[in-house]
Amino acid sequence: MAGAQLGPAASIGIEKMYDFEFDRPTSIQAAVDSLKTEEALAFSGGQTLMPTMKQRLAMPSKVVSLSAIEEMKGVRVEGSELWIGGATTHATVMRETAESYPAISSLAGRIGDPSVRSRGTIGGSVANNDPSACYPAGTLASKGVIVTDRREIPADEFFQGMFMTALEEGEIVTAVKMQIPDAAHYAKFIQPASRFPLTAVFVARYGDGVRVAVTGASESGVFRWTEAEEALSGNFSAEAVDGLATPDGSGMISDLHGTGDYRAHLVKVMTKRAVAAC
Amino acid sequence: MKVDMKVNGRAVSGEVEGRTLLVDFIRQTLRLTGTHVGCDTSQCGACTIHMNGEPVKSCSVLAVECEGAEITTIEGMANADGSLSTMQAAFQEHHGLQCGFCTPGMVMAATALLKENPSPSEAEIRHHLEGNICRCTGYHNIIKAVQAASGQDVQPVAAE
Repeated sequence: MAGAQLGPAASIGIEKMYDFEFDRPTSIQAAVDSLKTEEALAFSGGQTLMPTMKQRLAMPSKVVSLSAIEEMKGVRVEGSELWIGGATTHATVMRETAESYPAISSLAGRIGDPSVRSRGTIGGSVANNDPSACYPAGTLASKGVIVTDRREIPADEFFQGMFMTALEEGEIVTAVKMQIPDAAHYAKFIQPASRFPLTAVFVARYGDGVRVAVTGASESGVFRWTEAEEALSGNFSAEAVDGLATPDGSGMISDLHGTGDYRAHLVKVMTKRAVAAC
Repeated sequence: MKVDMKVNGRAVSGEVEGRTLLVDFIRQTLRLTGTHVGCDTSQCGACTIHMNGEPVKSCSVLAVECEGAEITTIEGMANADGSLSTMQAAFQEHHGLQCGFCTPGMVMAATALLKENPSPSEAEIRHHLEGNICRCTGYHNIIKAVQAASGQDVQPVAAE
């Protein structure tokens, strides 16, 4: 057919994304400088941001890719501390923490699907702080510290509610540090269509106590279930959780997949499963 | 901007905009239309290709991000003599497709699995293919094809 060379099909491809300026710096400092442009946005693996931009739910005038910054990649273990570069993909974390921190390896290996894990990064995940994301729970339970281009922020202060973090304008998550516990498990009740957790619980047992972080449940995003932490620090067993009241469902996410009360119920069930698997 | 990459072993370069999706560069600039666009929202996996040996959804990667990358598409899967790869032949043999729309993505995802795990269990195959949606087959024959391509006996699969 004449004129078939660049017909409607070709233009559809372009219109899916609106136009933006693109930059791919190779150092943290260059990225920080590039992000000083008004309405510039840091772009890591893009597995959340790309679909969001296609839907015009995010419309940065400039996209600053972090994928070419080598100093933000890799996994290192120093004593009991695990360091994961912000631009490290889920697939890399899955492979490289299998020995040092199996519960985090398992968490990374269950995010999304293999293609998402090839691109998505830990820095992108914690910076986005999706209320149903996996990494916020693993980071919060593992005494995490979020390292940025300008400071270090304890996970307890970093996650501030649904899609809210302590990050300032133009601040980049360059690494995430975790303390490797004596035992840990991530119990994920999967929402099979999205493969996000419907509710998931990360339990980590340390010499000085137990940490229990819950994702997918609260309207305020990831949180620590302190009653369970206290009970488990005295008696680390699923029975210790049995005696606790189910968390209040009124502040929990209610949607077509489950009510707030259902999610509150899941918090308790998944905590018990995580403890039993530790 | 100009982008250089290697696609199916061949060095290619092209002019793209920052917003150009990898799948559009592959299909429209390179005219390699074996890679399909199903949902364009990174749900379905029809556009799965290999980037530096790892599976990615090419509808959710910017072409400029592939500077210097090695890309393999379904067109690069056949053997040098043009015969079907082991995985492709297994899909044919075990009827792992009906309409065929999802098949390029399925073959790319399944091939990536065997590279990482040469002898996966049925559960592992199903877990690995979670990001690839097929609306025809009900998946059983796809699972069988992957079992066969990995050199394992083809077992009656769950729910049969």
